[in-house]
Amino acid sequence: MEKFEKLTGIAAPMPLVNIDTDMIIPKVFLKTIKRSGLGVNLFDEMRYDRQGNEIPDFVLNKPQYRDTQILVAGDNFGCGSSREHAPWAIADFGIKCVISTSFADIFYNNCFKNGILPIVMPQEVVDVLMKDAEKGSNARMVVDLEAQTVTTSDGESFPFEVDAFKKHCLLEGLDDIGLTMAHVKDIDAFEGKMAQERPWV
Amino acid sequence: MTAPKTLYDKIWDAHVAHEQEDGTCLLYIDRHLVHEVTSPQAFEGLRMAGRKVRAPEKTIAVPDHNVPTTLDRVSGVIANEESRIQVEALDKNAKEFGVNYYPVSDVRQGIVHIVGPEQGWTLPGMTVVCGDSHTATHGAFGALAHGIGTSEVEHVLATQTLIQKKSKNMKVEITGKLRPGVTAKDITLAVIGETGTAGGTGYVIEYCGEAIRDLSMEGRMTVCNMAIEGGARAGLIAPDETTFEYVKGRPHAPKGAQFEAALNWWKTLYTDEGAHFDKVVTLKGEEIEPVVTWGTSPEDVLPISAVVPSPESFKGGKVDAAKRSIEYMGLEAGQKLTDIQIDTVFIGSCTNGRIEDLRAAAAILKGKKIKDGMRAMVVPGSGLVRAQAEEEGLADIFKEAGFEWRLAGCSMCLAMNPDQLSEGERCASTSNRNFEGRQGYKGRTHLVSPAMAAAAAVTGHLTDVRELMTETETA
Repeated sequence: MEKFEKLTGIAAPMPLVNIDTDMIIPKVFLKTIKRSGLGVNLFDEMRYDRQGNEIPDFVLNKPQYRDTQILVAGDNFGCGSSREHAPWAIADFGIKCVISTSFADIFYNNCFKNGILPIVMPQEVVDVLMKDAEKGSNARMVVDLEAQTVTTSDGESFPFEVDAFKKHCLLEGLDDIGLTMAHVKDIDAFEGKMAQERPWV
Repeated sequence: MTAPKTLYDKIWDAHVAHEQEDGTCLLYIDRHLVHEVTSPQAFEGLRMAGRKVRAPEKTIAVPDHNVPTTLDRVSGVIANEESRIQVEALDKNAKEFGVNYYPVSDVRQGIVHIVGPEQGWTLPGMTVVCGDSHTATHGAFGALAHGIGTSEVEHVLATQTLIQKKSKNMKVEITGKLRPGVTAKDITLAVIGETGTAGGTGYVIEYCGEAIRDLSMEGRMTVCNMAIEGGARAGLIAPDETTFEYVKGRPHAPKGAQFEAALNWWKTLYTDEGAHFDKVVTLKGEEIEPVVTWGTSPEDVLPISAVVPSPESFKGGKVDAAKRSIEYMGLEAGQKLTDIQIDTVFIGSCTNGRIEDLRAAAAILKGKKIKDGMRAMVVPGSGLVRAQAEEEGLADIFKEAGFEWRLAGCSMCLAMNPDQLSEGERCASTSNRNFEGRQGYKGRTHLVSPAMAAAAAVTGHLTDVRELMTETETA
């Protein structure tokens, strides 16, 4: 996995609450057996009409948001299905950070596996960041994972919380399976113990 | 003396294979369920790294999301090429990696969350995961069960563990008795109506109380299935005699002395007196009415006697979301829910595709016909549910009423197979999500119980099922 570097980029506002995984990537695109290439279908039903033409009003279709790297979104972003196609599509589009007041658990977790940083901020901070995002390509937001801060284009800085282990993995671009394989003896021992205590499993 | 523990605490503690100083754990996984949509990239990852499946005997695969449910499927060909490729990939991966497998041609095939319990793979006190958010279903057995993404599917395949931090404990108590015509689906929707779709985020829910105890295993699975719709990764119900009775004798349940040994442990799986919950929600069973959803989020729940709300009655970001929902659903604020005309009825899914669900719907449909022009289908949750329903005469009731009687699969719950709504088509559905486009592009979904779906099929509009029940049934 790629290391998460300090990010300076365009932020797009999506204030709608409960943006679900069916909105992020509709099921017709789940039939792929690959991880790549989903960015073009990110938010497909909001982004294109039935003929495949772009809907000009949709935020990511506007000229100033085409190179969006940060999404500022309404509450409960990523609710619904466990499909990792959602973060795959987000990452493939080029978005590396999503900021909201809350995220659905499975989606939140899936982000870290794909080099995306989801940031939870209180409502009043999300309101400020949403306003800043509305400035479009004239503004650049800065996300510093190392320092755990988001800074608006006006230089106003807000701290955020992130699990120390998840932060470490994202900064270093660590592969989870590789990390766990280092504990294979613990897993062997656990299985040995279980074979005695709960043999029916 | 150790501190009192919740059921979740007990199952968690029994599965920690390694713990870091910061509380990050390697949680051992007892059962890994796999379907065709979220697994191909995971198997491919194993292949590329030259890894094996660590515990193929604890891994169970079944295709369900993509498979056609029409009767011509017995010819074995899936017309949609992408769907066919995905199902073939699962066939190949299951064989290559040696995991337990129920192919489309097997009578035991069905929706993964119905097949697991039915075959006795799911047992109390286990950890169960699947690349599918409705894995929460298995919590009905007092198993810690939740959905994972594809990277985690690969992680579990390779290591039989997950890197996890513990969630918080939430208790949802449903006191008293349910009134006639009110079912497990109404409970679980009413809870989401109360807590909102983010209310359970960061929690594992334990459902308890008299109304939960009174439910069958099928009903309990319906309740836990939608824990995820309330934001909770997992829902749990402490195992009891109802659970043990259901499990006993299933193909993969322990037998003889092993069953007795298991039973001894299972009986310790309950929340201790005085254990701490971080959040508590209580609903009175008697006060729950048959409910329906009016909007495009499962939290948009109201009793069938209500009217479509006005967006201004909400707060914050929900005002705009409600406006958008009402427009998408083609409704007007103030409109009576019972005045909403229905085009299609779908009975099935991992929420409501079990035998008890089909019995409840058939009880309403017996001797009746569906409304002229109504499109109605029953998609049993597994081949075995289908066979049992045929044996009990339920299939005949559905067919005589005008329903299509399908083969097992996820079908119109998420419309990845050919069963889809067309633009503007309005469906009373026993599934779990009413998101925009979920059942087809611009399709409109109202979530209901199987009995309420049957009632809507008969009258042609959303209907209080109690109006179709006889006096003895409602007494």
